[in-house]
Amino acid sequence: MAEQNVYFKGLKCRECAKSFPADVLYVCDECFGPLEVDYDYDAIGKVLSRNTIESRQPNMWRYRELLPIAGSVTVGEHVGYTPLVKADRLAEALGVREVWVKNDTVNYPTLSFKDRVVSVALSRAREFGFTTVGCASTGNLANSVAANAASAGLKAYVLIPSDLEIGKVLGSFVFGATVVGINGTYDNVNRLVSEVAGQHGWAMVNVNMRPYYAEGSKTMGFEIAEQLGWQLPDAVVSPMAGGSLICKIDKAFKELVKLGLVEEKTSAIYGAQAKGCNPIIDMVKSESDWIKPVRTPDTIVKSLAIGDPADGIYAAATMRNTGGWGEDPTDEETVAGIRLLAETTGIFAETAGGVTVAATKRLVNSGKLDADSSVVLCITGNGLKTKEAIAGEFREISHIEPTLDEFNAYLDELKNQEEVALHVSHSTNSHATA
Amino acid sequence: MSVTVRIPTPLRNLTDGAETVAGDGQTVAAVLSDICARHDGLKERLFDESGAIRRFVNIYLNSEDIRFENGPDTPVNDGDEVSIIPAIAGG
Repeated sequence: MAEQNVYFKGLKCRECAKSFPADVLYVCDECFGPLEVDYDYDAIGKVLSRNTIESRQPNMWRYRELLPIAGSVTVGEHVGYTPLVKADRLAEALGVREVWVKNDTVNYPTLSFKDRVVSVALSRAREFGFTTVGCASTGNLANSVAANAASAGLKAYVLIPSDLEIGKVLGSFVFGATVVGINGTYDNVNRLVSEVAGQHGWAMVNVNMRPYYAEGSKTMGFEIAEQLGWQLPDAVVSPMAGGSLICKIDKAFKELVKLGLVEEKTSAIYGAQAKGCNPIIDMVKSESDWIKPVRTPDTIVKSLAIGDPADGIYAAATMRNTGGWGEDPTDEETVAGIRLLAETTGIFAETAGGVTVAATKRLVNSGKLDADSSVVLCITGNGLKTKEAIAGEFREISHIEPTLDEFNAYLDELKNQEEVALHVSHSTNSHATA
Repeated sequence: MSVTVRIPTPLRNLTDGAETVAGDGQTVAAVLSDICARHDGLKERLFDESGAIRRFVNIYLNSEDIRFENGPDTPVNDGDEVSIIPAIAGG
């Protein structure tokens, strides 16, 4: 196979712009800012066209010139290119002209958008010669590191808060990873993992591989634009934990504009967090210049429960600079959001998806998001991993004998219940409007 | 107020290797300005062009992140300890 061309020049500090080689580095030694990959867009522009991209396999690596690996894809070559689903019934329910769901609940192989970042991070980690990898995670990242490491024959250590949902714990354990539950918050886990990376010399994807890792999120933005027929949406609503994803979606759109692959347009980027852990939303709403960390997150939305988000200030800037905004729905609204998405689109999202739907509802109701827009909701994780969140919403299922008589009797009973429920809801409504 | 300031490893070349230096001032910001005045090169590392503490430099006052208090304007007392801690990437 011919040698791959390399389209990135090195790393660059996001704060002071100091340049670094494309090595295992992640913090600027001058100002402590985070490092970001520095691409050669002139060279990329010469080789990357819509036709080139469209001729490639339907996975995230169809945009490989815009991803920071030097050689072939060695981990996660099937990740991405998830469906972009037009959701008319959800649009109607939310009161928006057009809604699209970017459905990463079916991303390969571990049913969350994290497979995108892990694919890049582990491919890059192998280029550096690492054989042991790991992460600090609220669950989805751990699942993805564990699975992708297993497929690549790498040893994995994933560190998680000890109170995660069972689906997220099993979803790491089954791949043979060493799963370590830490007594504490995600921020405690993160601090420990950065110490582990330093002492053991492992590739911790979201710490010392972070500049490469984070770039994987751009593919969600690239795919949205391509799937909309090479155009940018009016607005995007995305969940925020560390805050990296919305920044990278915005970056992806800007890169496509820079390369002439889409017409110039500013998509308003909106962020969603849970009320019980909302440091970035708080920064936006209070018009503050800095993040006030949340010491003890208190929400069912565990995947977003990062109290001191690494990219928080950049996420806030992205919302401000694009004309977006943010919302922080309650856990009750989140559960209602999960159900609304499921009942109108057939997509079962995890709690972060419920937050995204619920935040969109708030944004439309407050007028912050123009009802006459085309909006893309980034649904980043699968509901089968966080079943606990909605388990209390449903009654136990009914049991009947296997006879048609019993089934018909059961139907009659259901019909009666529905009539009662309808009656109750009508009388409640008439009270409400009286 | 006389306080002790803990210097992180990457900045100790600017304090002749010292892990801690003495600082003076009424607030965290004033203490940091004071030590910057006495150690060449430190100011550029801790403060940006506008004079604000760099965004990826976290400051702790007696083991409490000042973002939980009143930020750089948090008042200090005699004998307090201010720690300069580079932010941790992740998440």
